[in-house]
Amino acid sequence: MSVISYRQALHDALRGEMLRDDDVFLIGEEIGLFEGSYKITAGMLAEFGPKRVRDTPIAEEGFTGAAIGAAMLGLRPVVEIMTINFSLLALDQIVNHAAKIYGMFGGQARVPLVIRTPGGGGQQLGATHSQNIELYYAFVPGMKVVAPSSPADAKALMLAAIRDDDPVLVLENLALYNTTGEVPDHDEPAEIGRAAVTRQGADITVVAYSRMAAVALQVAARLEEEEGIDVEVIDLRSLRPLDRDTIVASVRKTNCAVVLEDDWLTYGIGAEIAATISDGAFDWLDAPVRRVAMAEVPLPYAKPLETAALPSAADAITAIRETLDAVARRRPS
Amino acid sequence: MIDILMPRLSDTMTEGAISTWHKKPGDRVSPGDVLVDIETDKALMEYEAYEAGTLAEILIPEGRNAPIGAPIARLDDGSDDIRPERIAATPLVRRLARERGIDLAAVAGSGPGGRIIRADLETSREPAREKPVTVPARPDQREPRSVPFDPIRQAVAARLTESGTTVPTFTATASADVEDLLALRAQINEAHADTGVKVSVNDLLVRAVALALRAHPGVNASYSPEGRGHTLIHRRIHVGIAVASPAGLVVPVVRDADRATVTAISTAARDLAGRAADRTLTAADMSDGTFTVSNLGMYGVEHFTAIINPPQGAILAVGAARPEPTRRRLRYTITADHRIIDGALAARFLATLTGLLEHPLRVVA
Repeated sequence: MSVISYRQALHDALRGEMLRDDDVFLIGEEIGLFEGSYKITAGMLAEFGPKRVRDTPIAEEGFTGAAIGAAMLGLRPVVEIMTINFSLLALDQIVNHAAKIYGMFGGQARVPLVIRTPGGGGQQLGATHSQNIELYYAFVPGMKVVAPSSPADAKALMLAAIRDDDPVLVLENLALYNTTGEVPDHDEPAEIGRAAVTRQGADITVVAYSRMAAVALQVAARLEEEEGIDVEVIDLRSLRPLDRDTIVASVRKTNCAVVLEDDWLTYGIGAEIAATISDGAFDWLDAPVRRVAMAEVPLPYAKPLETAALPSAADAITAIRETLDAVARRRPS
Repeated sequence: MIDILMPRLSDTMTEGAISTWHKKPGDRVSPGDVLVDIETDKALMEYEAYEAGTLAEILIPEGRNAPIGAPIARLDDGSDDIRPERIAATPLVRRLARERGIDLAAVAGSGPGGRIIRADLETSREPAREKPVTVPARPDQREPRSVPFDPIRQAVAARLTESGTTVPTFTATASADVEDLLALRAQINEAHADTGVKVSVNDLLVRAVALALRAHPGVNASYSPEGRGHTLIHRRIHVGIAVASPAGLVVPVVRDADRATVTAISTAARDLAGRAADRTLTAADMSDGTFTVSNLGMYGVEHFTAIINPPQGAILAVGAARPEPTRRRLRYTITADHRIIDGALAARFLATLTGLLEHPLRVVA
């Protein structure tokens, strides 16, 4: 076990897989000479050479398509898309090709493709470079989408994604790259499609993923200390497949839930979670499911406005308190 | 219910004869459906329904006549249905009510908009019917030692049962930086090194609470069920102090604590605690309290809640002063009778108390 950053955990997973399997290669903009916009691929070009660490032109559709072709022929490409915003340029390749080839052509070719890409706002990068649009991919059958919130999961889910025979989008997060945590030294992959109960609790279920799953843990610790509220936190880790059983089991225990998401509220991931709870735990609900999400605006550039638009720990605490008030369960112990 | 009347089907018509009913009672009727054939002085005509509903009753059978405007049948359009107002209850409550056979109409909802939430079922659940005492088939494997209640325990049990089951309460917690208060206490005790007076944190607290009660008389109050209910706001401030005595929990009262100096409170409290230990407290010592302070700080308890000592309106549960991280803070939680004390009032009371504790000179002068 070592304490390392989320960034380092991703790097270690990539390097470990490059060493383990010669079919794994990296492709994307600025990942070689420049070592990646967020330095995940630092040192890779020097170690593995230009054949396995491919710098590309600024042409997401082209290099994603090339990677899909390579995957169909047996290689295991790991595409870096600089931020998830630019994946829109490769949307057709991902949605219409990567996700559909296996099913549409009778299983003649698998597409063991990984797309690594960070989401997240809060960096004053403006509305077009600050989106959380993982939903677009989690919406598509044939895709898998994982969203690690901790360094340990960043490594374990990246290992799982590279070893998976289907296209997997690994959602990283700009605000998590520098966070640190304990990471096992071994190379044991996570199970894609399995959520984690990252904190056991009895009073309320908080469902989150990526950055908000980290926020959820902070909020839970604070509410425990200050108000004696016992929050159960579920980190989805995988948006597709979605681990509905873990969510439902938790809500059947706590009888109420709040969903934290970094995307927009309307039609967002939280809506799917709320529907999952309604389907599986309706008769166990003592209060409506609340969602905490981003304001429904293109994310402003100005710092105060950007901060106001993004969901915060304070927003989460308010939603949790109000939900507990609605079930008369908020009593300082 | 709508009456279907014999229509005027021609200018000269005065009455009509029912020839054939096309619907029978219980049939659904939509606008435009042919209801009945009516024979007039001029012709045999179809008569169509104008309203939707169910044919309830035929008043004029086939072959009989009726004057214009007379009812010939009745149509149930649903307007008479008295639908019970839907009770707002959470899905969890509906399921539990089904399982336990609870009639939700008899349960008061305390959730948003009067919604029945699970907590409401827990309080309304009927007490289990007393089972006849039966001789146990085998000795109790827990090997209990039975300790009969003494009068104090009996009083505690009865009062707290009354409080816990009949008083709707809420709790609110606040904390104060008590570094200055503790320093002041040390100073006072140093100054009194030769007089034997030793002021405790609790003495200062009792005084601060008394002053806060003076600022918020609504907290120094009792519920009275007289008439449609009354709030008795007490002009005198008598603060009870919960004391663990050999006989159990007793609550002797420091009278007029808002008018007593800290040293006077200290002396009184010490005397009461001593007599609690000797079991020489009188009923008078323990009566007329208007508010209670229960302090478990000396046991290192950080934070707890207390049960109201009826008929008082509120009680303050005080924990230990703990470094957070360098300066010590004290946490206290009020439990209040919500029938007479609202959350905002309790919050203002706590804010005043916090202000006093953080500016301790205001507690002593």
